[in-house]
Amino acid sequence: MFDWLFASPAERRLLGQQKLRGPTPWVIAIMSFSILIIAATGLALANTAGVLTRAIEARYAVEVPNGGGDLARITDVVRRSPGVTSAEPVSESDMRKTLERWLGPAAAASGDLPVPALVNFDVGADANLGAIEQSVRAVAPDARIVAHRESIGPLLHSLRLLQWVAFGLVLMLSGAASAAVVLAARGALDTHRSTIEVMHGVGATDVQVTRLFQRRIAIDALVGSVAGAGAAAVVLLLLTAGASFAGELMGGATLSGPDLVILALLPLALTALATWVARTAVLAALRQAL
Amino acid sequence: MAEFDSVGLRYGTGAEVLRDLDFRLANGGFYFLTGPSGAGKTSLLKLLYLAQRPTRGRIKLFGEELSEAPRDALPQFRRRIGVVFQDFRLIRHLSAFDNVALPLRVAGAKDEDVEGPVREMLAWVGLADRSSARPPTLSGGEQQRVAIARAVINRPELLVADEPTGNVDADMANRLMGLFTALNRLGTTVVVATHDVGLIGATPGAQMIRIEQGTLTDPTGVLKHPPGRA
Repeated sequence: MFDWLFASPAERRLLGQQKLRGPTPWVIAIMSFSILIIAATGLALANTAGVLTRAIEARYAVEVPNGGGDLARITDVVRRSPGVTSAEPVSESDMRKTLERWLGPAAAASGDLPVPALVNFDVGADANLGAIEQSVRAVAPDARIVAHRESIGPLLHSLRLLQWVAFGLVLMLSGAASAAVVLAARGALDTHRSTIEVMHGVGATDVQVTRLFQRRIAIDALVGSVAGAGAAAVVLLLLTAGASFAGELMGGATLSGPDLVILALLPLALTALATWVARTAVLAALRQAL
Repeated sequence: MAEFDSVGLRYGTGAEVLRDLDFRLANGGFYFLTGPSGAGKTSLLKLLYLAQRPTRGRIKLFGEELSEAPRDALPQFRRRIGVVFQDFRLIRHLSAFDNVALPLRVAGAKDEDVEGPVREMLAWVGLADRSSARPPTLSGGEQQRVAIARAVINRPELLVADEPTGNVDADMANRLMGLFTALNRLGTTVVVATHDVGLIGATPGAQMIRIEQGTLTDPTGVLKHPPGRA
C-alpha cells in the first residue's frame, strides 16, 4: 500500500535531486500552522462550552425583583425543599457592588434604589421546581425561579457557533492546501513534461509516472505540515502559559488528552490529503496525453 | 507485424497530414521510410510507436487492433517497440547509463539485472567511458548513440528510428546500421526514416517506403501485400 514511498535511487533520480524547492512545503506549513491554531481554538471553545453547560445545568436562582421578603428565610425555604443540594444567598452588599458596575457609585449608596434579592441553588434529579417556587412564594409572593442556562444561553450559542466557524475554517484551509497541491502537481508535470514523454514512450504506465510525483509531493507535504505543526505547538504552549494568568474566565478553555491526539493527527491527515490530491491530479493530467 | 488500413491523421482541426495509408509491415522486415521534408514521415512513425492515434482508419500491431485500444493497454505494447527520436529525447539530468537503463527499469528489471546489459550496450556504441556523463555534456553524435542504445536495450520486436544517423560520422553510421541489421537478423522488424540514400543501398534486403504529401507511394502494391508474413 505504501510501497510508492520507498523509491529506488534510480527512481528518485528521474525527477532530479532537488529537495524542498518551490513553494509547496512553505504553503503546506502555513496551512498546517493555521489549521492547528484554529482547530485548537475550536476544541478549546467546545471544552469551555462543555464546562459552562455542566456547571449551570442544575443551577437556578430565586429572584425577588424588588428585594422584598427576608433573604435568610427565602434561603431557608429553598434549602429545605426536597431535591435541593445547596443554596447560597447573594448578599445585598454583593448585589449593590454588582449594580455599581453598571450604575456607578450612586447605586451603592442610594437607599432608594430597589435591590433584587437573589438566592442561587443547585438541584438534584429528583427536584420539583414547581413545588420549590410555590414554597418560596409563600414567603415572597413576587419571587420567581430562573434557570441559569437561560441567562447564559446566548453565550453558549455563540460559543457553539464559533466552534462551527472554526470547523468550517479548517475545512476551507484544507481545501486551499489541496488547491495549492494541485497547482504544485501541475507545475511539476510541466517541468518534467519531457521526462514523462520519454517514460511513456518506453512503456511506463500512468501509475509508474504518478508514483514519482506522489512520493515527492508527499515528502514536501510531510515536511511542511510537521514544520507548521511545530510552530503551532510553540504558539499554543505560549498561549496556554498566558492563559493560566488570565483568571477564571480562561479556566475552561483547555485541551484534553483526546484533543491533543486529534491535533497531533491533523498534520498527518493534511499530508495524506495532499498526497491523495496530488495522485488524483497527476493521474487526471496524464490521462489527457495518449 | 503492422497493418494500416485506410489510416488518416490530422492534428487538431487542420488538414490531414496522412491520408489513406494502406500497407503491411512483415515480421522481421527491414524498411526505409523516405520522402521530402514535411511529407509525413515523422507522423507515420508516431502512429507506429503509438505516440499518436489515427483520426480514421485502423492500425493493427503485433496482431492486436490498437487504433481505439484503451490507453491503459498501450504501455505493454510500447515496451515491445524501440524508438530512436530525431531529437534524441534523452533525459537531461540522468546519466547516459540511467538513460539507457530506463526501458529495463520501466519493465521492472532489478538493479542487478540492469548493470551488465547497459554496460555492454554502452560499450557497443563506443560510450563505455562516458556512462556517467549527462546528455548536455555529450556531443550530438554521442547523444544519438545513447538514444540508440536506449532504443535497443530491450531487444524490441519493432525498432523505429527517425533519422538515426543524422548526427554521427560515416563510420559510426555504418556501425549503427550494422547493429540495426544484426537486430533485424534476430527477428526485430526495423523501420528507419532517412534521407540518406547511401544507407538504403548499403542494406541488402531492405525495402523502401516512400511517402509524399501524406500519401504512400506503392506502385507495385508490394507494401499492401508483402511477400512475408504480415
